[in-house]
Amino acid sequence: MTNEFWSFIFGRLTWDVLPLHEPIVVITFLVVAVGGLAVVGALTYFKLWGYLWKEWFTSVDHKKVGIMYMVLGLVMLLRGFADALMMRLQQAIAFNGSEGYLNAHHYDQLFSVHGVIMIFFVAMPLITGFMNYIVPLQIGARDVSFPFLNNFSFWMTTGGAVLVMMSLFVGEFAQTGWLAFPPLSGIEHSPASGVDYYIWALQVAGVGTTLSGVNLIATIIKMRAPGMTLMKMPVFTWTSLCTNVLIVASFPILTAVLTLLALDRYVGTNFFTADFGGSPMMYINLIWIWGHPEVYILILPCFGIFSEVASTFSGKRLFGYTSMVYATVVITVLSYLVWLHHFFTMGSGASVNSFFGITTMIISIPTGAKIFNWLFTMYKGRIRFELPMMWLIAFMLTFTIGGMTGVLLAVPPADFVLHNSLFLVAHFHNVIIGGVLFGIFAGINYWWPKAFGYKLNEFWGKVSFWLWNVGFWLAFGPLYVLGLMGITRRLRTFDDPSLQIWFIIAGIGALVIAGGIGAMLIQFGVSILGKNKEWDTTGDPWNGRTLEWATSSPPPQYNFAFTPVIHDNDAWADMKNRHSQRPIKGFMEIHMPRNTGTGVVLAGLSVVLGFALIWYMWWLVILSFVALIGAAIIHTFNYDRDYYIPVEAVAEVEDTRTRLLSGAR
Amino acid sequence: MSSNATTAEGEAPQFYELVPHHHAPHGSTQIGFWLYLMSDCLIFASLFAIYGVLGGNFAAGPSPEHLFNLQLVAVSTGALLLSSITYGFAMLDMDEGKKTGTLVWLVITGILGAVFLRLTLYEFYHMIHEGAVPQRSAFLSAFFVLVGTHALHVTFGILWLVTLLIQIGTKGLIPANKIRVQCLSMFWHFLDVIWIGVFTVVYLMGMLR
Amino acid sequence: MSASTSHDTLASGTHAHPNPEVHGDGHDHGTRRTYLIGFALSVILTAIPFWLVMGNVIADTTIATLVIMAFGVVQIFVHMVYFLHMNTKSEGGWTMMAAIFTIIVIVIALSGSLWVMFHLNTNMMPGHIMNPADLI
Repeated sequence: MTNEFWSFIFGRLTWDVLPLHEPIVVITFLVVAVGGLAVVGALTYFKLWGYLWKEWFTSVDHKKVGIMYMVLGLVMLLRGFADALMMRLQQAIAFNGSEGYLNAHHYDQLFSVHGVIMIFFVAMPLITGFMNYIVPLQIGARDVSFPFLNNFSFWMTTGGAVLVMMSLFVGEFAQTGWLAFPPLSGIEHSPASGVDYYIWALQVAGVGTTLSGVNLIATIIKMRAPGMTLMKMPVFTWTSLCTNVLIVASFPILTAVLTLLALDRYVGTNFFTADFGGSPMMYINLIWIWGHPEVYILILPCFGIFSEVASTFSGKRLFGYTSMVYATVVITVLSYLVWLHHFFTMGSGASVNSFFGITTMIISIPTGAKIFNWLFTMYKGRIRFELPMMWLIAFMLTFTIGGMTGVLLAVPPADFVLHNSLFLVAHFHNVIIGGVLFGIFAGINYWWPKAFGYKLNEFWGKVSFWLWNVGFWLAFGPLYVLGLMGITRRLRTFDDPSLQIWFIIAGIGALVIAGGIGAMLIQFGVSILGKNKEWDTTGDPWNGRTLEWATSSPPPQYNFAFTPVIHDNDAWADMKNRHSQRPIKGFMEIHMPRNTGTGVVLAGLSVVLGFALIWYMWWLVILSFVALIGAAIIHTFNYDRDYYIPVEAVAEVEDTRTRLLSGAR
Repeated sequence: MSSNATTAEGEAPQFYELVPHHHAPHGSTQIGFWLYLMSDCLIFASLFAIYGVLGGNFAAGPSPEHLFNLQLVAVSTGALLLSSITYGFAMLDMDEGKKTGTLVWLVITGILGAVFLRLTLYEFYHMIHEGAVPQRSAFLSAFFVLVGTHALHVTFGILWLVTLLIQIGTKGLIPANKIRVQCLSMFWHFLDVIWIGVFTVVYLMGMLR
Repeated sequence: MSASTSHDTLASGTHAHPNPEVHGDGHDHGTRRTYLIGFALSVILTAIPFWLVMGNVIADTTIATLVIMAFGVVQIFVHMVYFLHMNTKSEGGWTMMAAIFTIIVIVIALSGSLWVMFHLNTNMMPGHIMNPADLI
């Protein structure tokens, strides 16, 4: 077999692209391989593949899909955080002529992949998981509008994560930062596979995200229980609606921009080249038109979680429901008017900069209104300092400070000093960790009993809470100081030894956070494996106010045997106050969608297509693309998509619940 | 879905729907597909933005007046416009339950779409033959990606149309198929809307410079 | 969906239509008349701009550009109403809301990009000297 034959089959995939000369990667691979084999072995030994396939992977149940998203997000959190620890270590030791332990090739991939993973494969899956699980329950529906599409969206997101993880062991990742600006990301300056992994991972995941956005908007529009007008929806549902509007109205722009970058790299077009009329600045312009709404996509669901937590754990209705809704909608619209604040320094001049500086400051106002509403909700309430409430308070303190540094950065002359400094890095970690991550932790502690039937261990939850809060400030406080001193982001080595102490403190902070993550994993483990679970027999362990608490914990497959009828906000609180009686007979058969493996197949083919494109295996590109289209078309010939749960099965489930409820009294 | 469940004076309020109202099957499909179309609009908007910003960057290479043939574009525009109304006739026949009529009008629509594609491809071939390749300048990159993406959408539309012909042919005008015809209808008309933007901004304005 | 008759609420395709405009699914499908009107309008709104450009009818390029763009906008509107049956009732007004929001985002993205890129291109062109007051 000639060389030409092998390079036809394998494209530019050669033995050289395996990072065998990088001991850190080799060791990581060995650990992952051993761990992976152990997991696969255990699944095989316990004959769990059939169960996993039938009950989880092919499930179109929004609850199962939601849980799978959470698993994906939490697993990727460990990978993304490992990258962070490595960077902190490098920056803590690379002084006094030391190169540290990471070369530039490795380090540059670290900060790029850390950002990509945390945004696209941790934050987005976690918030999507919540929205998937909770929204249909909160609106009294049985599932989302398009259950198959939901499953498909999950697998596409996972497919993107698979491509990113592959880049660690086969080839490399981008060394361009998480947004891959050209000309650095163009074919001339990044000829290897890194940027291509970036592009195709995000394109695959992006399809999943966009379709999920369409799905949830349609669900909220069409599938609300009778009586639930828009202004009677729970606030989390409102923020989910606005989030998904932002998703549908911004991700297409990312898709277009990445496609244009791909065309520049693969075909030699001149969109973002430095010659032949291209404009790299246009890439930055377009990608931030996506990028700013993206950060609101991340935070709005968490604002919704906090609204639910504030009212539930203060024992009162949320203060200022109407203004909360308006604030959310205003944020949604305004998020399209601020994008240039990410590149004040690129040179658009005073008139343009002032416009965007002012809009950026304006957008902080509705957020401020929300903070006041949460505080007024707590005021004169009967506050229970359960973990979700603790995370709410930590969020209000942490996020507010991060928001203030954001307003500081919104002033163009200040930004000229602080752009791309560690101050910026501290700011966005402040709002993303303090806002998004704390919100996710609040949500996990709040809704875990609903999903699994028992509360999470409180002790380990509190350990995690304090380690996260202390660790966060230790890790990022120094970065604010360093940024104000003028230190640039993404540096690998430093010349000024007086800075080292700050990086050491930051490194210690990262270790404390690692403890927080470890405590959280212990919390999960102790709770899941523990013998003395606090089983929730009522379905309403927190005295909740919204409809998800009207179901058992976990809810039955069909959520509600009878669709609830809504009369007021906080529908479940209303039902409890007015002593509504849960019907215990007269059940009917329930119409449900069938499971399907098509989502897994289509996403798998997409991953193959992505891999083939990355490695220039053109025959495989054509084959997988044709197979993808073919599989999709074949799927449309399947008209047998649904079935009915028989009355007896419904009655059995509901009778069990009736027994539990009366036993608990 | 918004049926008000308030009750008369003195009646206990109803908290559960004991007699279910059926969701129309595929009740969410039209709004869902419309939302997808809105996202597709934004992809095209990005491509229009690129064309707007980079469309004047000829890099000392060929520019619109060397390349565009407005007669050809007028014919392809006519074909696409005609295909919109033939699709409309297909919809009308579908609503009247006329399976054969629906199929016939869909076939005609597909043929007109194929004519449009053929003319576009011919134009591309001609331009490339003249050396006006996408790699030559940012203007040409933007041109090919905008017109090409539109043509790609038309191609997928035709593929979808052929699939539907088979599905209607074998299963008839069942509700599931009818909703698919409706969705393709939205897709097809939307492509003509985009084309209005393309021929105005690219071809007509290009020749005005 | 294969018909399991007691559960289908959508009619099969074979019923008569007293009112062909509105159907069991609540969506407007138009009539032969509205399609033909839309088609005729579209033909006119296409032919005129083509004629204006091919015949070099308007001397001033800017005015010509604005005129053909106006025709384009009107024709898009014609398509939306006569072919896509856009109205304020469809899906409880959500169709219109989604379209309006999309248009707003498109206008912001397009005009914003043109404005920003024009400034960037001008200021960052090699050899261009900026007024210090205009820098930040």
